[in-house]
Amino acid sequence: MTGSWALVRLILRRDRFILPLWVVVFGLLPITQTSAIAGLYTGEAELRRFAASMDANPAFTALYGHVLDWNAAALGLWRGGFTPVLVGLAVLLTVIRHTRAEEETGRRELLGSTVLSRHAGLTSALIVTTAASLVIGLIVLATFAAEYPVEGALAAGLGYAGTGIVFAAVGALAAQLTENAGGARGIAIAVLGGAYLLRGAGDTTDASWLSWLSPVAWPQRMRPFAGETWWPFALFVALAAALCCAAYLLAGRRDVAAGLLPPRLGPATAAPALAGPFALAWRLHRGSLLAWTLGFAVLGVVMGAAANAAMSAMAENKRLLDMLARLGGASAQSDMFVAAVLGIFGIAVSGYAVQAVLRMRAEETAQRAEPLLATPATRVAWTASHLVVAVLGPAAVLAVLGLSLGLTYGLGSGDVGTHLPRVLGASLAQLPAVWVLAAVATALFGVLPRLAAAAWGVLAAFLLFGQLGALLDLPEAVLDLSPFTHLPRLPGGDPEFTPYAVLTAIAAVLLAAGVYGFRRRDVAT
Amino acid sequence: MTNVITVSGLSKSFGRTRALDGLNLQVRAGEVHGFLGPNGAGKSTTIRVLLGLLRADSGTVRLLGGDPWKDAVELHRRLAYVPGDVTLWPNLSGGEVIDLLGRLRGGLDPRRRAELIERFELDPRKKGRAYSKGNRQKVALVAALASDAELLLLDEPTSGLDPLMEAVFTDCVREVKEQGRTVLLSSHILAEVEKLCDRVSIIRDGRTVETGTLDELRHLTRTSITAELASPVNGLAGVHDLRVDGSRVSFQVDTDRLDEVLKHLSASGVRSLTSRPPTLEELFMRHYRDESLAGAR
Ligand SMILES: Nc1ncnc2c1ncn2[C@@H]1O[C@H](COP(=O)(O)OP(=O)(O)OP(=O)(O)O)[C@@H](O)[C@H]1O
Ligand SMILES: [Mg+2]
Repeated sequence: MTGSWALVRLILRRDRFILPLWVVVFGLLPITQTSAIAGLYTGEAELRRFAASMDANPAFTALYGHVLDWNAAALGLWRGGFTPVLVGLAVLLTVIRHTRAEEETGRRELLGSTVLSRHAGLTSALIVTTAASLVIGLIVLATFAAEYPVEGALAAGLGYAGTGIVFAAVGALAAQLTENAGGARGIAIAVLGGAYLLRGAGDTTDASWLSWLSPVAWPQRMRPFAGETWWPFALFVALAAALCCAAYLLAGRRDVAAGLLPPRLGPATAAPALAGPFALAWRLHRGSLLAWTLGFAVLGVVMGAAANAAMSAMAENKRLLDMLARLGGASAQSDMFVAAVLGIFGIAVSGYAVQAVLRMRAEETAQRAEPLLATPATRVAWTASHLVVAVLGPAAVLAVLGLSLGLTYGLGSGDVGTHLPRVLGASLAQLPAVWVLAAVATALFGVLPRLAAAAWGVLAAFLLFGQLGALLDLPEAVLDLSPFTHLPRLPGGDPEFTPYAVLTAIAAVLLAAGVYGFRRRDVAT
Repeated sequence: MTNVITVSGLSKSFGRTRALDGLNLQVRAGEVHGFLGPNGAGKSTTIRVLLGLLRADSGTVRLLGGDPWKDAVELHRRLAYVPGDVTLWPNLSGGEVIDLLGRLRGGLDPRRRAELIERFELDPRKKGRAYSKGNRQKVALVAALASDAELLLLDEPTSGLDPLMEAVFTDCVREVKEQGRTVLLSSHILAEVEKLCDRVSIIRDGRTVETGTLDELRHLTRTSITAELASPVNGLAGVHDLRVDGSRVSFQVDTDRLDEVLKHLSASGVRSLTSRPPTLEELFMRHYRDESLAGAR
């Protein structure tokens, strides 16, 4: 433990803005959603009707899980079913940032030579993230206990805290496996995404045992405000303990900065193609682009299947079908589901775009841009080499997503010819908004390089607008800031030309501003 | 002789840190120019301005007849750079980095590349992180030395090299010089500077405090003298580090006052006298440490 507390203070110092921000936001999200629902649906009858209609739609079950009870608190937690995933994402990124990323930059070595115990880095990162998870849990407990039964509040708080603790341990284990932080992040996020999909699959099919395999489902298995069961909390503790043990075991066996796999030798000479900034950028980006593309191909299949499940479930329910017919028919409902899924995935793909752009900043601060810019390669060419990936990469990811989702959806409904082009088009239609985010990151990189990482904050804000805007009654003007607000809802909606043109134009202007800014500024030393 | 680099009155601030404060530097064509100064003096900052990576706040900078900020791309065809702290891409092998940088500069001679890799005993198949500090440095050195660039900007190129490899580096720079190419060599290793450099510039706190050939600089420094005298000497003015032990005195004297002081000594009857010319080390120490000197110029 020697030195762990000193490192805890270091982590708190480095994350003094971002850490409190996500802890408070995620802690307050559930009660916000609950209050919004309590405000919209007053009285038992309305709440019951809302609960019944939500639970009857497997599309919602796929996204958020089953509705457990009709009271406002249970419904609010259900509606916030995605928030534990965000908590998991935040903690695992934090753990990797303070363990593997530190080792990769060599800073860990500097600290390692002081009086630190071998595992101080890992321990301190786990202490901070566990504490953060507990604080989120406490906020949930306190905010719900003020208005609703305290048992339910406790179960809800434990669910959030437990998810955080488990995914902190996932991050800790992933950080031991690869030499570079990017790889560790990829593994941990894949585990998180897998857990989310498993929950969706378990909740929408007969194989409900699948959900039990997913920590993302456990908060609901504690049934807050729906006849609490306490023992699933033991699952969190046991899994987190097991993962941590594995992480410490691996950390004890490997050298500082080494991964699990021994580094392999590369070629002694470069392939003829590796001859310019574009070839280098492709080398640097291709691994993560491939991972994202594959990930979204799988997501497309799963969500397509969920849309089909929704269709057939609705087809069996005569009364629901009648009700839906008035709303535009069952196919309109599954279109809505596909549109909602594409909306969320569009924001996720923006995450890829932002990351691809910020790769430039990482290259610059790691002093790897310097030797390239000291050759005849121009600054514009170097920037463009990364921006090509940031602009065309999301197109590839969305195309593959559209293909796999459209194909699965089309096969299920027996009409590939109609659905595939519609879904593919709807998926690609997210691009202008994705480009706006890439462009925001580029502009920050070029003009305010120290604030480049704020692009993530912008992305997070737009995500929250999309998730909460309607519930919170945010003013129109605020919602309009997000490019995703302006995208027509596709498939099913009316594909207007103007929003795409305007968003693409904004993206082009911001991209140009970023490139121009970088041409004129100092390269970081 | 024509100047390859002419810097005058160059200033550069980072926020409130004044990294360069009216720096002057002249590097002549075909010479190896030593660039010296204590940590944080501004050597790397100067080199980055020369590369057009940083924009000068004020002053004029000419490099190979062009403006390093405006004509960066054309100038970069004619120069090669070795950074002080080489970081490589984790998933590229050393050989790939050498080829990539070489091709960006317009191609490199495969024979020279192979020869340099052998002389520096570099394994080009290892990947980024697998290299030790010295080996990372070698990757950048091979890439720069294998090029045909007429100007080499080397920022502490031997940091991390073992003595054997330092010797290889020294040979390589000599060959570069024989080919008539120009080298700006920032370094903390005085022996290396003494072996390689025709002229040196010493900077401190972002300003040039001394520039010239090594002989010229030696001339500016102090001679150490120890003498046995017949009678105690008095009024030895203008000497440094004076120690009197009975009839024995030892002190240092500025070279331009040597004659005057010796006359004064002989008046007291000199029994024995040893004098030692200044070492470069002492010269640098004085420039690195002496507050008043930096201020006076
Ligand atoms: N990006 C930056 N931001 C702020 N200060 C900087 C930056 N780069 C350099 N400096 C400051 O400028 C001064 C000169 O730095 P520089 O790196 O040029 O020194 P140096 O002579 O190369 O030193 P060393 O021998 O240690 O390599 C130092 O005081 C340094 O702290
Ligand atoms: Mg330096």
